Amino acid sequence: MIQVLKRYGRHHRHVLAATLVQLARAPLASAMTIAAIGITLALPTGLYLVIDNLQRVSRGWDTGGQISLFLKRDATEAAIDKLAERIRRVRAVARVEVVSRAQALAEFKRMSGFGDALNVLDRNPLPAVLVVHPTSKLSAEGSRSLLQDLRGYDLVESAQLDLEWVQRLYALLGLAERAVWALGALLSLAVLLTVGNTIRLAVSNRRDEIEVMKLMGGTDAFIRRPFLYSGVIHGVLGAAVTWLILAVIQWFLSDSVSELAWSYDSELRIEGLTVSASVALLVVGAFLGWVGSRLTVSRHLRAIEPT
Amino acid sequence: MFASAVHMIEFHHVFKRYPGEYDALKNVSFKMERGEMAFVTGHSGAGKTTLLKLISLIERPTRGQAIVNGKNLAKLAARRVPYFRRELGIVFQNFKLLFDRSVYDNVALPLIVTGVEAREVGKRVRAALDKVGLLPKERLNPVVLSGGEQQRVGIARAIVHRPALLLADEPTGNVDIVLAEGILDLFLDFNNHGVTVLIATHDQRLINRAHKRMLVLTHGEIAHDSAESAQAAQ
Repeated sequence: MIQVLKRYGRHHRHVLAATLVQLARAPLASAMTIAAIGITLALPTGLYLVIDNLQRVSRGWDTGGQISLFLKRDATEAAIDKLAERIRRVRAVARVEVVSRAQALAEFKRMSGFGDALNVLDRNPLPAVLVVHPTSKLSAEGSRSLLQDLRGYDLVESAQLDLEWVQRLYALLGLAERAVWALGALLSLAVLLTVGNTIRLAVSNRRDEIEVMKLMGGTDAFIRRPFLYSGVIHGVLGAAVTWLILAVIQWFLSDSVSELAWSYDSELRIEGLTVSASVALLVVGAFLGWVGSRLTVSRHLRAIEPT
Repeated sequence: MFASAVHMIEFHHVFKRYPGEYDALKNVSFKMERGEMAFVTGHSGAGKTTLLKLISLIERPTRGQAIVNGKNLAKLAARRVPYFRRELGIVFQNFKLLFDRSVYDNVALPLIVTGVEAREVGKRVRAALDKVGLLPKERLNPVVLSGGEQQRVGIARAIVHRPALLLADEPTGNVDIVLAEGILDLFLDFNNHGVTVLIATHDQRLINRAHKRMLVLTHGEIAHDSAESAQAAQ
């Protein structure tokens, strides 16, 4: 058993070395394939990075939105202050602003331009409002259940959750994330074709060798192996090229981003791929290389039989 | 399976027809014992090469039963073919050497595909090259060798894995008579060491010199088998 494993390991080392030699023999063709894979993978990976950075930046924003509580018109100022105080103690609430009826009217006059029209009215039609800011940790779901709780207070006439633009941003990011997956799937297919084409050429270049190996009793698995190695190596190196491309772009953009961030008085900067994302990228590259090569090589080996 | 213990090759009424063509082999029946040596001869197109292709499973018989080294060739699964071929050594008319690697690596190929240990590979390859007198040229690319030398590289590759059956298709087709005799001596020597040897050739001088069994093919049929006529004479 150990003997068999040893033999297997030895064989794989041998194949790996032979494959590297083959790659080194045709460096230009290999380099072009690797570059093509690298550029193909750079697109979805780069988009992923953009979205990842946007999500990171927007994480600090009010995901919970804000809740406006319109109070009954007969509520006294003392009762309003008492309610505001109670709501401030709710755990999900960060801050409560009180807008009295007079303040509401003044603001409305200023903002709407209907000031004169309002003068016609003999009494203030606007209710007092409590503007509730949930804590930033609160999700959109949490905000909605908070809204339900706040509606329950006697003094509250109606309540409104204003989530819109944050929700829109998140919906947009979610959409973009899906688009990355779709694009990634499509471009993975392109990588399979690129690897497949390279391997197809390699198989036809080594036709004589394959024929002789079949005559010498080489099994299909044995003959296939160097091509699978070659596919994996192309895939991994292609993924490494993707990594390099993104690193260069990040470096290229970092100056303008920090300038922009400085103007906003912010610490904003672009984050590159994390270690685990980098490893995942290489694994994906290896996997695509293996699959692309496997699909091609099986089909073409069958066609080569000694005559 | 008792018969296969005695016979290396058993052909019973074997036919081979290539698609859209005449019968390349017609009703061929013969047996070859393990350790025997024989020549197949006949005019060009008589079916010598087809016979060797059937035995090495490059082609399958159209009809009839062919048993080689205990395996029924019509029934052997495609995935078993590589293991079947490992028991064979084949010397090709056109050598089939690989010119992207050294003489040494060409000869090592049958050992590499079967996963023989590196140290063992070196020993066996050098022994095989020594046998055919090419040990000093192991590092060269076969493309710089003469036709006779390339043929001997092919022979070294065919015997390096100690096959039970050695097949050769016109092994002396490209060399002069002196070299041809040297090559024949190699085959006689392998046969003395117990290897079953079947050589397809039209070189009558070689056959006469070897004093071995001769099968004559004419238009795909066995027209003469020296073993049978010897029996008849007794």
